Amino acid sequence: MSVPADSWHRAALGLSLLLFDPHRLGGLHIRMRADPARDRVLNALAPLAPRRVHPGISDDQLFGGLDLTATLRTGQVIENTGFFYQPCCIMLTMAERCPPGLAARIAQQMDTDAGHCLIALDEGAEPDEALPPALSERLPLFIAPEGRMPDHWGPVPAGTDACDPACVTATAQDQEALTLLAAEFGIDSLRAPLAALRVARAHAAFQGRGSLSGADLEVAVTLVYPQRATRLPDDAPEDTPQDADTPPPPPPDSDENDPGEQGEPDSLPDGDILVDAVRALLPADLLAGLVPAGTAPRSGGAGAGKARKGNRRGRPLPSRPGRLDGTARIDLVATLRAAAPWQPLRRQAQPDAPGLLIRPSDIRVKRFEEKSDRLLIFTVDASGSAAMSRLNEAKGAVEMLLAQAYAARDHVALISFRGTGADLLLPPTRSLVQTKRRLASLPGGGGTPLAAGLEQAAQLATQSRARGLSPTVVILTDGRANVALDGSPDRAAAAEDATRFAGLIRAEGIGALVIDMSARPQDALKQLAAHMDAPYLALPRADAQRLTGAVSAALGA
Amino acid sequence: MKTPFPFSAIVGQTEMKQAMILTAVDPGIGGVLVFGDRGTGKSTAVRALAALLPPITVVESCPVNAASTAECPEWAELGSKKRVKRPTPVIDLPLGATEDRVVGALDIERALTRGEKAFEPGLLARANRGYLYIDEVNLLEDHIVDLLLDVAQSGENVVEREGLSIRHPARFVLIGSGNPEEGELRPQLLDRFGLSVEVRSPTDVAERVEVIRRRDAFESDPAGFMATWTPQDENVRDAILRARKKLAKIQTPDEILNDCAELCIALGSDGLRGELTLLRTARALAAFQGARKLKRAHLRAIAPSALSHRLRRDPLDEAGSGARVKRIVADVLG
Repeated sequence: MSVPADSWHRAALGLSLLLFDPHRLGGLHIRMRADPARDRVLNALAPLAPRRVHPGISDDQLFGGLDLTATLRTGQVIENTGFFYQPCCIMLTMAERCPPGLAARIAQQMDTDAGHCLIALDEGAEPDEALPPALSERLPLFIAPEGRMPDHWGPVPAGTDACDPACVTATAQDQEALTLLAAEFGIDSLRAPLAALRVARAHAAFQGRGSLSGADLEVAVTLVYPQRATRLPDDAPEDTPQDADTPPPPPPDSDENDPGEQGEPDSLPDGDILVDAVRALLPADLLAGLVPAGTAPRSGGAGAGKARKGNRRGRPLPSRPGRLDGTARIDLVATLRAAAPWQPLRRQAQPDAPGLLIRPSDIRVKRFEEKSDRLLIFTVDASGSAAMSRLNEAKGAVEMLLAQAYAARDHVALISFRGTGADLLLPPTRSLVQTKRRLASLPGGGGTPLAAGLEQAAQLATQSRARGLSPTVVILTDGRANVALDGSPDRAAAAEDATRFAGLIRAEGIGALVIDMSARPQDALKQLAAHMDAPYLALPRADAQRLTGAVSAALGA
Repeated sequence: MKTPFPFSAIVGQTEMKQAMILTAVDPGIGGVLVFGDRGTGKSTAVRALAALLPPITVVESCPVNAASTAECPEWAELGSKKRVKRPTPVIDLPLGATEDRVVGALDIERALTRGEKAFEPGLLARANRGYLYIDEVNLLEDHIVDLLLDVAQSGENVVEREGLSIRHPARFVLIGSGNPEEGELRPQLLDRFGLSVEVRSPTDVAERVEVIRRRDAFESDPAGFMATWTPQDENVRDAILRARKKLAKIQTPDEILNDCAELCIALGSDGLRGELTLLRTARALAAFQGARKLKRAHLRAIAPSALSHRLRRDPLDEAGSGARVKRIVADVLG
């Protein structure tokens, strides 16, 4: 893991390079909470004169459109030009809240026009709050300094001997080294090695060299690769059990290829040195959170979850005064009705104006109410006692429910609890393939930490509700809670903890359903269900088919 | 405006490139769906395609790119009626687009300032006779998808709202791209795409290095790079134009029709759209390759992209439908 001072040093380096060559590099992703240290980082970026943009910005402002206020005042059509059509530097604040639609448009503009520079300020606290992948993928530099800022911290201005990055030559070996290294870290996207190459060029030019050296490559990989890595090089599959069916990594043969054959050993660092440089910087939770290459772990909630009250579709609600910002539709009749009483008065003030006299305050926009998407959180007991008898039936039932969820366009999430804790096996998603894959590889055995399962489920439910989904928790267990929340094998404490979280689920108003899959129905589970205000289904001899029927009936699906 | 990366310089991804070229040969094939990971060249290929396509002749002031004044919709207020050559339109449909922007709506500016009722055409009008590109199509909101389904099917956009009653032609080739891990597409929309292609990051190191090398050369010296590749792009464009002329003359033996039907029956694809697309695409390929007669080899080459997305989805099937199609194609065509 990196030392704080190092991370600050790297941040300074990233900033220096961005300041040196903002338009070619194209952007920077800063993941920091708002604090004085971040203010200093932003102050350092002041020479770029970035324009601040928030995720709620309307398309009109960014890409141009009708200037309603001016149009209505003058009676002439007045357009404002969006500033994003010109090459410019913008700073997207609260970038973790950026809706995928806006991200897609910004990404599109960055792709088609050269010279844009985007600084994304990501204040995400949780791992699932992050910049939309469409943008994080396109921003070459990433800084997330940790710990105390060193004294006298700041980016270094380019020296007088700095040259033009376009003149820096990159050899075929340099290109190859960067590409191979990206492949070793499981970075599938080819944008990453390109970004690294640009950063390396900028660094060489910054130091006034006309060709790339090993130091440039090292800086490039440490700034570009760590946050994109999905696996460790020559990593045995035991760290990533789900990884089994992804294609084998491209042969990590950089060591043989690089310096030996090319006969230019001193211009290139050894492949291993680069690997170590990146490895040292990998986030601490990478191992824990390793995902199969190519899956997008945070994508579940993006784009698909809907707020309950929107202004685009659903059942109409009365219209409200509002602004025409390109996201809402005008309610023309209501607007005219609002303007009508004022016509004589306004006519006195503006006797020569043509047509109706309408002010921005008259504008009414339509509102709609819609049902939000449902999320089924399957919380599956994979303890030894359950595994013996019913785990396979439970899996079968979940698969059938999945097929139904697919038909109903529901989202699904999967949590399993066994041993001493609970794991979120699958964040909310509509992707059946992933769900099935995770479910099939779900191992069984160990104690029954029911409380931990409930805690995880409740947490996920509240999070997903914040994203506009309506969660329902489905708990499949055999009910003998015997591991307390702290992992100790204490039956009494375990039951108490479980009851506490059941109460929490009820207090939060999360819909739930308890399925008892033990051979003899458990009184304790029935009480737990009552605590949750949830229907209780005892299915001692249920096969997958019956279980599915019972669950859909209980959920009213 | 940056010059787009040349189409011919895209390394690998032959299936995707072939699918895009075939829709240019015969727009009736009905679009391409490109599914795959980020950074595999999906958007690059679409932008490159725009530069590759032959220009079309349009009436200068027509909002729907009509070829002659007679074809312009009656609501359009035509200024210049001169016929000019324009690049084939490739219109982006951004994810957050409102219904108004997509289908067109009452022109609010004119309604409010001049009290006139006029229609402001949307993206569908602009995409007429060209391409409509939807990035992250699987994240598109359902109500926009519904609109698109209807228009893509009928080739006509009908707007009945806010006291307007307007229709105009909207025949376009739909190109969608997305990452299947982030959400799936409704079967109804899947079916509207003629071809579907899955792209992956190249696993071959030499190929990956070549991608980086070309892209880097393009970024360091766009002019020099274009000078090398533009002639090749022009060759492709000429081949497309030649193929368009030949298309009507391709002979289709009865055995091939039989093969098409047998393939679709063996795969259990819904409806007849599978057969029709299979045949159209195979003919386009034959024309592009300069053949006179449709052969089994043509069918074999395009069957996976024309059929893999039309199978009834088995939610419990692991292997994916591409493998299933390949197996059955081998069985039926031998």
